[in-house]
Amino acid sequence: MSLERFDYWTDIDDNAADLAGISTEARRWIIRMTHEAGSGHPGGSLSSIDILIALYFKVMRHDPSDPTWPDRDRLVMSKGHGAPALYTALSLAGYFVREELLTLRKLGSRLQGHPSMNKTPGIDMSTGSLGQGLSIALGIALGARLDRKDHRVYCILGDGEVQEGQVWEAAMAAAHYKADNLCAVLDRNNLQIDGPTEKIMSIEPALHKFESFGWNTIEINGHDFKDILKAFHDAETVKGRPTMIIANTVKGKGVSFMEGSVKFHGKTTTPEELERALSELGGDI
Amino acid sequence: MEWKLKNMRPGFGEALVELGSKYQNIVALNADLSGSTTTSMFESAYPERFFNMGVAEQNMMGVAAGLASTGKIVFASTFAMFATGRAYDQVRQSIAYPKLSVKIVATHAGITVGGDGASHQMHEDLALMRVLPHMTVIAPADYWETKKAVLNVARTPGPCYIRTGRTDTPLIYDEDYDFRIGIADTLVDGEDVTVIAMGLMVSKAMEAAEVLGKEGISARVVNLSTIKPIDKNCIIKAARDTGAIVTAEEHNMIVGMGSAVAEVLLDHEPVPQRRVGIPDVFGESGESEELMQAYGLTVENIVESAKKAVAMKR
Repeated sequence: MSLERFDYWTDIDDNAADLAGISTEARRWIIRMTHEAGSGHPGGSLSSIDILIALYFKVMRHDPSDPTWPDRDRLVMSKGHGAPALYTALSLAGYFVREELLTLRKLGSRLQGHPSMNKTPGIDMSTGSLGQGLSIALGIALGARLDRKDHRVYCILGDGEVQEGQVWEAAMAAAHYKADNLCAVLDRNNLQIDGPTEKIMSIEPALHKFESFGWNTIEINGHDFKDILKAFHDAETVKGRPTMIIANTVKGKGVSFMEGSVKFHGKTTTPEELERALSELGGDI
Repeated sequence: MEWKLKNMRPGFGEALVELGSKYQNIVALNADLSGSTTTSMFESAYPERFFNMGVAEQNMMGVAAGLASTGKIVFASTFAMFATGRAYDQVRQSIAYPKLSVKIVATHAGITVGGDGASHQMHEDLALMRVLPHMTVIAPADYWETKKAVLNVARTPGPCYIRTGRTDTPLIYDEDYDFRIGIADTLVDGEDVTVIAMGLMVSKAMEAAEVLGKEGISARVVNLSTIKPIDKNCIIKAARDTGAIVTAEEHNMIVGMGSAVAEVLLDHEPVPQRRVGIPDVFGESGESEELMQAYGLTVENIVESAKKAVAMKR
């Protein structure tokens, strides 16, 4: 994290290795906090955490000691149920102490089940009702342009989420207004609550859909930090078009019995599962 | 009574241009109705701060929220039907919950939309907006109140809903009118009953008071243009002073302004109340005046309701 933009070419191998270490710790917190809460969405948090760690630790210009800094880059977690991943990234980046993560979903906690910008430091927009974040991110991008500021806007979408019609209204408008300061990521973990996206309501060819709406598109492995960093860098260089990064991910990534399992979309671990998950992730916390 | 007529909508468009010249952070959004909503005036004056979002109201509300989060005061405008019905979840999740300064100015509310019929006649907007926490809800009575309300809400942080109609409406006020959010305006004083009206029912309430006066009933007339936060003091005082209330609104009688008044009376000063409003039905095509007659939005109905309310007094 930095007040300056990250130069991804310099020491990219070291930087990717740094991020891998951080994201393993982040995964442990996601498992612990959702277990402690007794509800929440571990599967989609584990699929998107690497992207969030890359953004908050290397890509975004932001300052955890000044969460409302006007020139900061913004992030809209359109898939608001990925809140545990977002909270973990913010906490590890320094917005609040790690122990607070264990208050997730508890009465009086600043960490609501879905992100609330007026409760949690570092949250740029309240989300939770799916399909709305891309419109908001476009609004922020247009606001930055009016102010002649160079901050960038990132938006994380779920793959089931793009079944919402508003996403395509926003996709049309972002291309129309040439919002090149907007970069969205589609967390393509292939699963939604009721099953595989392609069985429930096919979204393919997702990349070509965004491309035909006028977006710059990039397809990456969403768990490979070199891929992730390069994609964000490339997105910054594109002028006149917003960028959609299709990040191929694995739901529940990092925990063997959660990977590719729809069961852990909105269900947390039993005590035995918790122990097993944490030991797979190399430590108690 | 003889009324001078003037359309409310240019009150919005002109106020918006005035605000745009004073404040750099005023931004206007529209969904392919910039002429009808009069935001085209702002578009001509400040094209770089105007965004036409096309026929996509849900996206418009989201974009409005994003712009507001960067410190803009955003006026998002379309017909009442689409602003509140089509985009309800967006208004709730992305504007009201995060308490952002998005001012939704809706036009073409109510039965007087006329020929377009039920699909465009929005009688539920006040209900939808007033149940949202953080939301300020205003239904101006005329051109001047529209203009003053728009100027006023720009200075008040947080989300806001202003509803106007399609037709020309009687001028109740002039340039000197001092509109304040949450303050109802007593237009006619009276002792036997209070008619609390809003929007284009205000002029009808004033006419009804004149008729009632001739029959020996002294009627107070209050313009309750801010539905939320509601002017409790004014309503309680009216109940205590006059002992009977009639509400008159161009809105579904369920959960509209009359219901809001009833809530205040129930909690603080229960007195007889009769409601004039649109019954729980969808509208239909017709001329505005014909429709107002057909659906009971008349001086006669207010007069009869006032008599009934007075008769209900103990």
